[in-house]
Amino acid sequence: MPDGSFAHPQQRQFNPYSENGGTILAIAGADFSVIAGDTRQSEGYSIQTRYAPKVFRLTDRAVLAVNGFAADGNVFVKKVKQRLEWYRHAHAKDMPLRAIARMIQTMLYAQRFFPYYVYNILGGIEEDGSGAVYSFDPVGSYEREACRAAGAAQSLVQPFLDNQIYFKNQQSLPGQSRPLHLPLPEVLSIVIDSFTSATERHIEVGDGLEMYVVLAKGRSIQGLESFRGVQELTPNPDGDRVFVIRRELKKD
Amino acid sequence: MNSVYKGPGFDFSNTNRNAFLETRGLPLPKATSTGTTIVGCLFKDGIVLGADTRATTGPIVADKNCEKIHYIADNIRCCGAGTAADTEFSTALIASNIEMHALSTGRKPKVVTAMTMLKQMLFRNQGQIGAALVLGGVDASGPHLFTIHPHGSTDKLPYVTMGSGSLAAMAVFESSWKPNMSRKEALDLVTAAISAGIFNDLGSGSNVDACVITATHTEMLRNFVKPNERVQKEKSYRFARGTTAWKKEDIRNLIISEVVVPTREGEEMDTS
Repeated sequence: MPDGSFAHPQQRQFNPYSENGGTILAIAGADFSVIAGDTRQSEGYSIQTRYAPKVFRLTDRAVLAVNGFAADGNVFVKKVKQRLEWYRHAHAKDMPLRAIARMIQTMLYAQRFFPYYVYNILGGIEEDGSGAVYSFDPVGSYEREACRAAGAAQSLVQPFLDNQIYFKNQQSLPGQSRPLHLPLPEVLSIVIDSFTSATERHIEVGDGLEMYVVLAKGRSIQGLESFRGVQELTPNPDGDRVFVIRRELKKD
Repeated sequence: MNSVYKGPGFDFSNTNRNAFLETRGLPLPKATSTGTTIVGCLFKDGIVLGADTRATTGPIVADKNCEKIHYIADNIRCCGAGTAADTEFSTALIASNIEMHALSTGRKPKVVTAMTMLKQMLFRNQGQIGAALVLGGVDASGPHLFTIHPHGSTDKLPYVTMGSGSLAAMAVFESSWKPNMSRKEALDLVTAAISAGIFNDLGSGSNVDACVITATHTEMLRNFVKPNERVQKEKSYRFARGTTAWKKEDIRNLIISEVVVPTREGEEMDTS
């Protein structure tokens, strides 16, 4: 009896969240880090846009990938960038990667009871020059890892990464080397194959692929030079460097 | 069930148990759905049917190249959207019944006959059979094109679309369909409509299937257009021999040696 009277108890609900699909992933090397994401943004069975970046350069040594509810993701990245600028003005240097990771934790946990509906993966170069990947849950629990996939196709990609990066379920053979970190060309191949395969079997993954590569200070661009369409984003080749590689993915 | 006897039709003996299990937090397994764009279009000499080839379970692609244009009779075909099993079984059942009917009457089957059998079956089941169909064909009374909804309602129109990509496909029809098109015009329009579904609807994807039905001939164009071929992988993922660990090794000799002793000798086979 929706007659506007208060004779009957009424209940209304508003759901501020939605889920916008897509997948992100990051892999750390010895002296580099690769952070990637597809560019499709969808809701239900509709594509909202075929190009909505989910991976953002924060500093010359830090890149953040954000996946989940796109509106929250964009606002969150905006606020992280703002905090990093304040840090620059106060300390006349860029915030170190591990400090950015801890800051993201506090920013997420501040919203513990009305969370940012996003999974974050932070990749880049640590102060000691090693490649690093930090992954977060929506309320700020985080961990440093060698690789991580998140988003719609996490359940498709993460087992593949466990097998190819951590060599899970592979018995070591005599005379076979098991590197702790894979070389850059190998990592880029695995990233591309992860996304083309996820596109085949997950309806929310596709359209475009953006891969950010962060190289440690002093590292040669070896492994990148042979790549088609590499674009450098950092002005200074003497410090840590950030590159982006873009690829098309299937659009069905 | 106390009785060993099982009547004809659906078996509902597990419904109460499954409803109970659902309240205890065990959901039913998800059925394969043909997310789907399916269309049909009338032209000068008959009917063109079209379908995409993606089947999904939730957000996962279950089949990248499935067939959604089902056989009813030589001169009648039916596109299916919705629960994959329901579209396959209902079209197969009606195809069988149509064949029996054609045999007993000695006449070529009519499209309305198939349509009536389908809608009565679906209505009888009160929408529980999740089949959304586009039925098309040419019979003695000319070309006919129908849509049939899961609850049994039908429509007879010169151009129709169904499935999750129906709006994308209908947008194409509404902008370009015209009466008395040629075979090529109609086939191009159907391809454009299905492509709109493939690229703009996440439930649809992969290839375009088409079927042209005229008074004299039915042509099934399986994978008529393939706009979504997979690119080559960057790397080979062949594992070296010995990668898989094992707990036990047991080698058996499957060759059994035997001596054959002929019981009778020198008897020729009778080849007369």
